[in-house]
Amino acid sequence: MVYFILKRMIQSVFVMLTVAFLAFSLFRFVGDPITQMTGVETSVEDQERLREELGLNDPFVYQFTRFTGDMLKGDFGFSYRTRQPVAEMIASRIPATLELGVVALIISLLVGIPAGVYTALKPRGVLTQTILMTTLVGVSIPTFVIGIMLIFIFGVQLGWLPTFGRGGTVQIGGWESSLFSFDGWRALLLPAITLGVYQLTLTMRLVRAEMMEVMRSDYIRFAMARGVPTASLHYRHALANTMVPVITIIGLQFGGVIAFSIVTESVFQWPGMGLLFLESIRFVDIPVMGVYLVVIAFFFVLVNLVVDLLYVAIDPRLRIRDVS
Amino acid sequence: MIAFVKKYEGLWLFVHSPAAIIAALVAVLTFLGAAFAPWIALVNPYDLASFSLFDGLLPPTWLDGANPKFILGTDDQGRDMISSILYGARLSLVIGLSALSIAAVLGVGLGLAAGYYGGRFDAIVMRIADVQLALPAILTALLIDGIARGILPASIQQDLRVAVLTLAIALSLWVNFARTARASTFVQMNKEYVQAAIMMGQRPIRVMFVHILPNILGPLLVIMTVDLASAILLEATLSFLGIGLPADSPSLGTLIRVGMQFLLSGEWWILWIPTLFLVALVVSINILGDFLRDIFNPRLR
Repeated sequence: MVYFILKRMIQSVFVMLTVAFLAFSLFRFVGDPITQMTGVETSVEDQERLREELGLNDPFVYQFTRFTGDMLKGDFGFSYRTRQPVAEMIASRIPATLELGVVALIISLLVGIPAGVYTALKPRGVLTQTILMTTLVGVSIPTFVIGIMLIFIFGVQLGWLPTFGRGGTVQIGGWESSLFSFDGWRALLLPAITLGVYQLTLTMRLVRAEMMEVMRSDYIRFAMARGVPTASLHYRHALANTMVPVITIIGLQFGGVIAFSIVTESVFQWPGMGLLFLESIRFVDIPVMGVYLVVIAFFFVLVNLVVDLLYVAIDPRLRIRDVS
Repeated sequence: MIAFVKKYEGLWLFVHSPAAIIAALVAVLTFLGAAFAPWIALVNPYDLASFSLFDGLLPPTWLDGANPKFILGTDDQGRDMISSILYGARLSLVIGLSALSIAAVLGVGLGLAAGYYGGRFDAIVMRIADVQLALPAILTALLIDGIARGILPASIQQDLRVAVLTLAIALSLWVNFARTARASTFVQMNKEYVQAAIMMGQRPIRVMFVHILPNILGPLLVIMTVDLASAILLEATLSFLGIGLPADSPSLGTLIRVGMQFLLSGEWWILWIPTLFLVALVVSINILGDFLRDIFNPRLR
């Protein structure tokens, strides 16, 4: 068990180093940092002196080590565009994106799991066919179109919900949250649904496939023959075993949620990290792009580490293998 | 007789599947319309002289105040919606298909080689594929676009937009091809005909492309259809985000982004007609992909 956790942690560190290397290469080789920092009137000698002072002439490995060390200390450098510390810029955007992502994930699970179970238990039902057809269309509709449709229906036609921004936010110890005010929830609803829809179809298809697989297995047939009540059979025996792979998928989906939050945030002008990343691409603000990558990778690694641990906690078989 | 039935089984299934027929019809009509856009479109959206501001904001013909000349109405510049969509689909398909071809050549080549040689080369290719698989395609494409903006001098950037966009999409889609090609190649490697070809001393390139490739085309064709839909969606999304193509050479995604400005006013057709068209096209390609998968994978039926 300890060995397993340790192995996963070392792997995570390795992943983070790879991403840091990517971010460093971006910063170092895409455009010249010196020309970004100085104006046209800076002389070549001054530029060279600055280059030497900043250590850009040092050996590559040395530079990379320093870069990683600075990152660990929380020093992420300065934005080319706004001249502000990147750490502050990103930190102020994290709450918006995380709240959006988590609520979207919850929506996708709350709807996706029951829908998956239902369509697996009643494969020939009319409702099942309708749901399956809808998800096929749903997968083909781009996220931004879903967002526009929701804005059109609930924002423009019905006028029930706001169509951009975060609404009223509440400050809780530096964390700007929209989860504690009615206004905030109203603003959060449409973007979260937009982001959740695609994940929802994935969750549903996975739960359905997994559930059908389990229902065919020997132990379920045996329980059936033993006369276990149908409800208990479905929800205690079958569903419990379906949940194990579903939890892994949640970890993997997190990456998708973050990536598509870029699109969602753009449609709803949601002031999160994705919107910042888009701006940084448009203005070739390399430091912000690099740090965004590192931060995203960090969350991704963290979530997957937790998921792996949960996996061990839920599935006793994984603990036995460890003993041998 | 059995061989005959097997050969035409796919055709028989196709004729008896209304969804597949409609999807194929939509896809073929779009391809034709896009290919012949310069000859069938009423106006050329790139040519300022071919449309007039006086025709601006006309609704589709079934509404009041329409001009029967413009069946689906016009946008604020007076461009005929049908023409814009035909030209937009043309650009979207050109980018989608070129990106797909690059991704297929790159992915299948690497996948075949990885499956054929195995060992360290296989391990390296697959690790790269794993890393990229962890990054969602849209993020990869955005990053490549951002890097291109940083590297290329500003003067040639506008001219290279289409190329950069195509490359960004291609590099985010090759992994699917590589994984599928590698897995299928592994299966073929144990077959006698491959062993025989190797024994005969044929060069690896010849074994890979002449002997193995034709036998793994089925699953690759499925990936191709599904990824064409992904490529079109990616292009539309990037253009919608304003990262893709500029507004003067509109693809489907750009048309939708421009149409967003009319979300609050009454001119719904400028937004919804291109959107509906994009969704119909992608849904059709996905249905065809599902259909092909069923044919090549009879177990799933």
